[in-house]
Parts: sequence; C-alpha cells; structure tokens
Amino acid sequence: MNLLDQFKIWLVSMGWPGWAAYLVPAITGIVVIIAFVLTVVIVFIWWERRFLGRFQIRTGPNRCGPEGIFQPIATAVKILLKEDIVPEKADKILHFLAPIVVFVPILMLFAVIPLSEGAILVDLNVGAVYVIAISSISILGIFMAAWASANKYSLISGMRAIAQMVSYELPVVLSLVGVAIVAGSFSMIKIVETQNIPYVFLQPLGFIIFFLGALAEMNRCPFDLLEADSEIVAGYHIEYSGMKFAMFYLGEYGVALAYAGVITTLFLGGWQGPLLPPILWFLIKVMLVFSLIVWMRATLPRLRVDQLMSFAWKGMLPMAVINLILIAIEVLIIPHSLQWAMVILNFALAAVLILLFSRLFTLGGGRVEV
Amino acid sequence: MKFERYGIGIAKGMALTFKHLFRPPITVQYPEEKLHTSKRIRGNELVWFPDRCTGCGTCTKACPQGNIQLMTHKDDDNKYIVDKFEVDTGRCIFCGLCVESCPYDALAMGLNYECAKYRRRDLVLTKENLSISTDHQPSAYYRPQFEAKLPAQSLLLYNREIGGQKLKFIPLSTRKRGPGA
Amino acid sequence: MPIKTEPFYLNIGPQHPSTHGVFRMRVMLDGEVVVDVEPVIGYLHRGIEKLAEGRTYTQNIIFTDRLDYLSSMTNNLAYCMAVEKLAGIKVPERAEYLRVIFAEVMRISSHLMAVGFFLNDLGAMMTPVLYMWREREKILDLFEMVSGQRLLYNYMRIGGLSQDVPAEFMPAMKKFIAEMPRYVDEYDQLLATNEILLARAKGVGILPRETAIDIGASGPVLRASGVKWDIRKMNPYSIYDRFDFEIPIGQNGDCYDRYWVRMQEIRQSIRIVEQALKQIPDTGPIRADVPLYIRPPKGEAYGYIEAPKGNLGFYIVSDGSIAPYRLHIYPPTLINITALRDMVKGWKVADLIIIFGSIDVVLGEIDR
Repeated sequence: MNLLDQFKIWLVSMGWPGWAAYLVPAITGIVVIIAFVLTVVIVFIWWERRFLGRFQIRTGPNRCGPEGIFQPIATAVKILLKEDIVPEKADKILHFLAPIVVFVPILMLFAVIPLSEGAILVDLNVGAVYVIAISSISILGIFMAAWASANKYSLISGMRAIAQMVSYELPVVLSLVGVAIVAGSFSMIKIVETQNIPYVFLQPLGFIIFFLGALAEMNRCPFDLLEADSEIVAGYHIEYSGMKFAMFYLGEYGVALAYAGVITTLFLGGWQGPLLPPILWFLIKVMLVFSLIVWMRATLPRLRVDQLMSFAWKGMLPMAVINLILIAIEVLIIPHSLQWAMVILNFALAAVLILLFSRLFTLGGGRVEV
Repeated sequence: MKFERYGIGIAKGMALTFKHLFRPPITVQYPEEKLHTSKRIRGNELVWFPDRCTGCGTCTKACPQGNIQLMTHKDDDNKYIVDKFEVDTGRCIFCGLCVESCPYDALAMGLNYECAKYRRRDLVLTKENLSISTDHQPSAYYRPQFEAKLPAQSLLLYNREIGGQKLKFIPLSTRKRGPGA
Repeated sequence: MPIKTEPFYLNIGPQHPSTHGVFRMRVMLDGEVVVDVEPVIGYLHRGIEKLAEGRTYTQNIIFTDRLDYLSSMTNNLAYCMAVEKLAGIKVPERAEYLRVIFAEVMRISSHLMAVGFFLNDLGAMMTPVLYMWREREKILDLFEMVSGQRLLYNYMRIGGLSQDVPAEFMPAMKKFIAEMPRYVDEYDQLLATNEILLARAKGVGILPRETAIDIGASGPVLRASGVKWDIRKMNPYSIYDRFDFEIPIGQNGDCYDRYWVRMQEIRQSIRIVEQALKQIPDTGPIRADVPLYIRPPKGEAYGYIEAPKGNLGFYIVSDGSIAPYRLHIYPPTLINITALRDMVKGWKVADLIIIFGSIDVVLGEIDR
C-alpha cells in the first residue's frame, strides 16, 4: 500500500468527490518527483565535476559559493541566457520537437522507482518492463535531433546512436528477466521486498551485464561515441544552444539518475538498510552507483562503433542468455532457504563464463594475437 | 610487451585512478596563492638604468623586431643625452637579446607578468615607465648582480616548498601588484 | 531492393578539438569508412625562412624556437650545430654536456605531451594528459630556472649556451631523474595494457616497412615500423657516442607501436641523462669565443639532429655577411604526413583521428 494510495483513501474519507481524490494525490506525486529529480540532478552535476577533478589530481570548481555548490546553477543560468540559433537549412519542426522527445520519457521513468518504503508514484505490476519500454523512446528523439540539424557531423552521430541503443536493449532485458525470475514478479516494490541478500551477490554476472548495458543506453564512457568530443565535436546536439541544449544536458544527468535508481532497486536492495531512514539509504546507494559511473568515465577510453556492436551481439548477448538459463535452473532446484548456496554457485559460474568468453572473443575481431 | 586479458588491464587502470583520490591536488589557487617565479624570469617589461645608459644604440640594433626607439642629442661634453627611449611591449617577444647585448649593464628584464592594459597604446612604455624604481625592479636574467635580492623559485619537484618556506595565503585586500608575497 | 548510397565530403576543418593545431582534412566518407583523405596545410605559415634572411645569425635563434614550439631546445640545437659546422667553431666540454641534458629532457617533455594527447583523442577524458603534465610541469619549472621562460627558451647560442646554470639546478635535476622511472611505470599501469586501448590501436593504421623507408619517414614513426634508424647512433653528433643507450623498435607499425616506442624512448632518455649527470665537468667555459656578429665563410652546411619528432635539419647558405643568404628548414612532420593517405584508407572516422594523433604533428613545423 503506497503513500499516495493512503493519501487518496484519507481524502475520500474527508468527503472529497471521487475525481478530486484521484487528481490531487496524482498532481502532488508528480510535483514531488519533478522537484526531487531537479534537485538531485543539480547535486549530481556538482558531484561529478568535483569527483572527476579529484581523480585528475586537481580540485573541481570551487569559486562559485563555498566549495562550488552554486556552480551548476551558474551553468544553468549561462545556458538559459544564450541565444537560440536554428540553422537555416534545418527542419524546423523536428529541430524544435527533438529535445522534448528526448527529455520527457526520462521524467516518465521516475514513476516506477521507489524512493522509500511505499513512496512510489504508481506500483505497476510490470514496473521493470515499463522502464525498458519508456527509455527506448528517447532514441527516436536523438535521431530526430541528428537528422534535423542539417550537419554531417550530427548525421554520423545519429546513425551510431540507433545502432548502439538498439543493440544494447537485449542484454539489459535478459538480465532484468533473470532478476524477475528470482523475485517472482516484475513489480519494483516486490523486487525490493524479496531481497534478503541483495541481488548483486546473488547474480553477479547479471549485475555486470545490466550495468554495462545501462552505460551504453546512457551514452556514458566507455560507450559515449555519440558525443565523442575528439571526433565529431558534440555529436547530435552540435547545433543546439540555449534552452534546448539545457534539455539535452539535463536529460543526460536525469537518465543517469534514473538508471542509478533502477540499478539500486533491482540489484542493491533499494531502500533497505539497518539504522538510517530508508530515503537516506536510497540516496547513499544512488550516489555510490553514480560514483562508479564517474570512476569509469575518468579512466577508460572509448570504443569504436563496430567494436561496440560486436561486443553487444557476440559477447554480452550470449552471456545474458546463458545467465538466464542458469538462473532458471537454479531457481528450480535450490530451495529458498539455501540462497547463500546460490551466491557461491553464481560467483563460480560468472568467473568461468568470463574466462571462457575472453578466450573465444577478442575485441579486435581476431585481427591480432593478444 | 605483455598484454592482459579478462579485463585485468581495465582493473589495473581503475585501481591507479582510485589511488589518486588520496593524493592532494596540485592546483595553485591563483590569485590568492602565487608562486615565486624564477630569478631569471624574462618578465613583461624592461628596466632601464638612466645613469648608466650612454645612448649607444646597441640594444636597438640587437632587437630582431625593431621595437626599441632611441632619440638622443649631443650636449657640451660630447656625450649623448637620451630624449626618448620607448619600447613597444605589444610587439616585443621578450627574447632578451637587447639585455645581453648592452655593454654598460644599463638594461635588464622586468619581473612582472601581470601587465594587462585596457588600451593598446598603453603598451608602449616610455622612459619614465621603464626607469628603475621601488616597484619596478630588475630580474637576474644575464645580470647575476641582482640575484641576491630575489626570492627562491618554488618548484613542483619540492611540492612548491623551498627550504621549508611554504606558499603563503594572501587575502585579496592586502594583495600588492607584482609577484611574491 | 538495394539501397542507393553515395560517398560524401566531410571537412574536418581547421578548428577542431583534435587536429593538433590548425590542420584541415577533406575526407571522403562512405558511411563511416574513409575512402580518401586530402590534407590542406598553410594556416600557420609565417614566412620564417624569408624573415631569417634579414636578421643576423644570433637573432635567428628566436625563429627556431617557434618552429616546433613543444620542443624548442632541440630546434635551437640543430640550428646552432649547422652554423658551427659552417664557421668551424668548437663548443667547450661543459656546454656540450649541458646541451645533451637539455635536449634529452626536452625529448621527455615532448613525448609526454604527444602520448598524453594521443590517449585523449582515444577518449580517456583528459586523465592521462593531466597525469603526464604533472611531470611536464616539473620539467618546465627546471627550464624556467635556467632560461627565464617556460615554453620558448632562446637559450642556446652559437658556440655554446647563453648563461651557466644556477647552483640549484643540479640537485633538482638529479631528484627529478631519480623520481621519473616510478612515474613512467605508473603511466604504463594506467593504460598500456588496457583492453580497450589494445582493441582500438593494435593493428590500426599500419605503415609497412618499405613504405616508411620510401617516403622518407623518420623518428618514432619510422622506428615503429621496424627500421632500426636513429641518428644518435648511426651518425653521432655532439657527444652522443659517449653514452650507452638502446633504440626501441616496434614490430607492426600500427598506432600501438608508435605509442609504445615513445614510452620506451622516455626511459632511454632518462638513462642518457643519468650518465651525463655523472660525467659532466664541474666548471668550464659555457660559450666559445665568438665575435658579436658572426661572419661564417662563404659556403653551405646542413646540420641535422634527432629531434623528438624525427630528423630535423637546417640548411644554411652563407655569402660571408652577418645574415644568412638562405635558410631552409627540413621538418620531419611534413614528410611523415605524406603517409597519411596510405595509412587511413579503409578505416573508419574514429580511426582517422587516432592515426593522425599517433603521427604526432605540430603545425608550427609543417607550415613554418
């Protein structure tokens, strides 16, 4: 029974008509979610710049406000004050609609992420599948932006975008199904509640596949070839400035927050934890996942587009399928009380599979002996 | 050339980046902290000693660009009096060839590196701006006699300390023009 | 029904984050595959060879600083050697040792910058650049102590150096050389065995051995293709025959080999500087006795050294007066660029950028 349902029942008992008792909690929930997203995105922007700076033996921004906490606000104000330039040969309608099509599905993702015990906007019983379905809509927005810019650099980036994001949907979905098999349902709240041992220990291979697939869906390093600074100079948002660019920028951090929330819910145990209130545990885990993403950004170079696709189709997809089959078998034969045995078995199987695939699959397409 | 497999190469790189989290950053917070520049810095202006200059014009011949303008007239003792001595620091490349060529040690490089002006014509320095004075001191480039007065250079090798003298934090209100504390 | 495609022109223009300088390439792309590359140069032409005809030999040293502005000590050295060869000037011992020390430390700095930006083009987001620039910052501090400037030193003169090193220089240089091997090991740990780097750079942009010799390549580009050619060993100039060092050679001639050869050359340079610091005489003249305006006898001379980018040469024709009659500069990078079209055909856009980055171009040298 989540909080909004309790709020609705209380309103009905106060004598409000049916439609108002439905509308007011819904609007309250939406406002709370948008406020949460915008606040945490600003914290994320600050944290990423400071943390990335510490990896690179420098301090990040520290001039705007104490320790630089007003820097994201300064960035936002700067972007908003810029002139909105539309190229002459661009397709005006598509150029206008593309940021909206990219940003709105990201906001819609937050409807099924539980922030705390019972704090979820709507408890769909196919919550996990909803996440995957909605995040696929942003791909269309990216390609609209790339095509409508009338610029060859963004066209190259748009073609890469479709290839990359479509090919990484499958491993993500398959590892998600693995989680759902152990939990017994697709609903996000159920998945959190059944995690006595967090699923990161129970299915390490599933966690790695989901994490790498989520990185590819978010266009973050090492899969950030859509906006590769050194080759195609900002990729699909090369002709955008002003508020439209702000939507792309916010969308990038918003989807990082969304996927960090999804990974926390599915694999790290959501809001469960011993001492602190649940919302704090959720935020701590989300920050940990985000720090891991920033750590990978600081270290790794990026892949080329055909290496990325061969990594997805020849490397991650077979591993995801085998992982699913193994988990299904284990759920059938191991009784529920012996879940720690599953942990040990899964770690051993993950190590064997990774070793096997590294032998069989060389990233260079077998061109050179490594 | 030994190669790694199974993702170990990636893990080693990430371990190194993680180790760097615990090293202090090497950023210098300019303008509150300023480093001591080298004693031989070829700073952004020249320093002219009017009592040593004889108006011979060797520096004007040594300059590759022709930046130095010198106008003199002869007085009763058959010596040159310098009327105009101007250096266009907008075109100067601070190579130091004029300093090296002066036979009377009448010219030295300056110490300043923060000489931005609002108008281009302010960059042409006349002989009043160039004369030696208390806030227009020479650097020791090719003039070892000035080395003793200048502070030691802060090197990153010793992590910006020289002989135990760490960088001092200079609050904005008491900051003077020019390098050093 | 087959879909009709056609190749299109993409202009990787003079302003781009990863052409190292103002370099323009007109690329013909078929999807993502590069079909043809046409480099367009000349955006940084300053007319150095013509300007040098109107200035004396000592004043021309400032122009040589600005050719390959990332390794200006070695340019000074090549020019001074050419004039000394022409005029028959002998350089004193201590000056020779100091010249070798500065040239090798300059080689370390130039290779650090080249490797750092090669890794940045690959996408590693400035982390390797900042780690390598920490060491380069130490080198620049030492050079500031000696000559007064951090980038364009104007330090070597015809017949020696312009001033002696100060007393704090030797202990600082010894400390730097003692610490450096540990940092080079750290760079190797960061990215040398990274699987993504290997997948991107191994086997990519191969320059075969015969093509490298045919076009006249030099420097790390030639050595990575398997040719054992280093002017410091084949035709020793200055006092390089007194030092014991090796020449690293690559096997395939791909981008990874060029990166690897540069990292090994940093280690060999550290070795040379260690030996030079032990053998250097403590006192001695810094500059040979030359007049204020040097008038070499009529004739011509060609002075060449192994610069960090390759075989850098200065050809001077003198007619007996205080200024050269003709000064011609042989830049290594211009010759290495002629192999770009062969190396890039058939690879993708992403590979074009890193192949270009692995040749290690400085536009000041190409355009003069």
